[in-house]
Amino acid sequence: MGVTNDPTAIQQQGMENVNRELRDNGFLLTTVEDVVNWARAGSLWPMTFGLACCAVEMMHSAAARYDLDRFGTMFRPSPRQSDLMIIAGTLTNKMAPALRRLYEQMPEPRYVLSMGSCANGGGYYHHSYAVVRGADRIVPVDIYVPGCPPTAEALVYGILQLQRKIKRLPVFGEAGRRTEQPQYAYAPGEQRPYSPLEMHID
Amino acid sequence: MTAQPHIDTHLKRADLERCAELCRIALPRATVEITPQHEVQLTVPAADVAAALAWLKYAEGLKFSQLMDVAGVDYLGFTPAQPARFAVVYHLLSVTQNLRVRVKTYVTEGQGVPSVVPLWPAANWYERETYDMYGIVFTGHPDLRRILTDYDFIGHPLRKDFPLNGFTEVYYDAAQQRVAYKPVDLPQEFRHFDKVSEWRGMTGNAHLAETDNEFKREEFQ
Repeated sequence: MGVTNDPTAIQQQGMENVNRELRDNGFLLTTVEDVVNWARAGSLWPMTFGLACCAVEMMHSAAARYDLDRFGTMFRPSPRQSDLMIIAGTLTNKMAPALRRLYEQMPEPRYVLSMGSCANGGGYYHHSYAVVRGADRIVPVDIYVPGCPPTAEALVYGILQLQRKIKRLPVFGEAGRRTEQPQYAYAPGEQRPYSPLEMHID
Repeated sequence: MTAQPHIDTHLKRADLERCAELCRIALPRATVEITPQHEVQLTVPAADVAAALAWLKYAEGLKFSQLMDVAGVDYLGFTPAQPARFAVVYHLLSVTQNLRVRVKTYVTEGQGVPSVVPLWPAANWYERETYDMYGIVFTGHPDLRRILTDYDFIGHPLRKDFPLNGFTEVYYDAAQQRVAYKPVDLPQEFRHFDKVSEWRGMTGNAHLAETDNEFKREEFQ
């Protein structure tokens, strides 16, 4: 049997392997880490955090056509029931403390998906006096979805990428805790890392 | 000038002139005019604005019962020169007469304008917004605080001398464990886009604008 790149064929192959194991042994062997990550990735419950027009695309991704429920992604009305925050739209200075508070109310492990140019880096309002130049100045972000606004497909793709990321994350021990100091935080006057988007052009 | 009325196309010129005439008689200190866009406009001194608006609200044959809008204007650097830096503009609607009127008053910085919240409760948030954006103080307002900008905001953003970037920006301070403020730090300078070239406005890279940004058809082919 040759190596194939066809995802359907790979999936079929995988299912056949699982079926054979079950038929021959009556049980499956895996690691607890894999099972935990499989469960976490398969039931991402995002907090509904629509801030601007991106929220409409987020609603589209949850509605019948794209149907995020297929991936176990169901929108929750409370941060205490969610483990994913989709920042969909322009984050203003006035909203920033509220966003941070809601993020802290989410139970661990929690993930943040920044949706659209405004949440990624200020976008159209980068030079505005009232807008945060990137949601990663307030909360640590796992996945950035570009676009203005990103299509519903793009958001679904971003969530799939997050699932892939979760499946590779460590679960146990010190590495699994995810409580290290985030890299975005810096004190006033401290040299901070510039992102490529902010390069000086002389 | 043959400008057409742009809102109420069914307005009659005679009605506007009747409205203007009534205002001229009752408000001798107001400058009443009908603009080329067929709008009645009153310019009144700031001290008279509450009395003038009260008269307009209850005047027989006018009854401007609805306050549509309160707005501020900053005339800093405006040509022709205006009587004062700021202006407060009120737009009124008379439902019974199908008429609109604009009342305008000029104020200098720090000069107060009497609040019209006792006349129209709707003016509460309008005046708060005008105060927030321009720093125009409305005397007698029951609750004059900022309405749109951040809680610790410095300055008034719609003033012409307010920098677009503002003065502070927010970030999460891990040491203090809260969202904190710091002076604006923009590593990339602001681009002044123009129609000729998106890159020409950036200072220090004029050579790019001359060389890199031209579409060369022969190279493309």
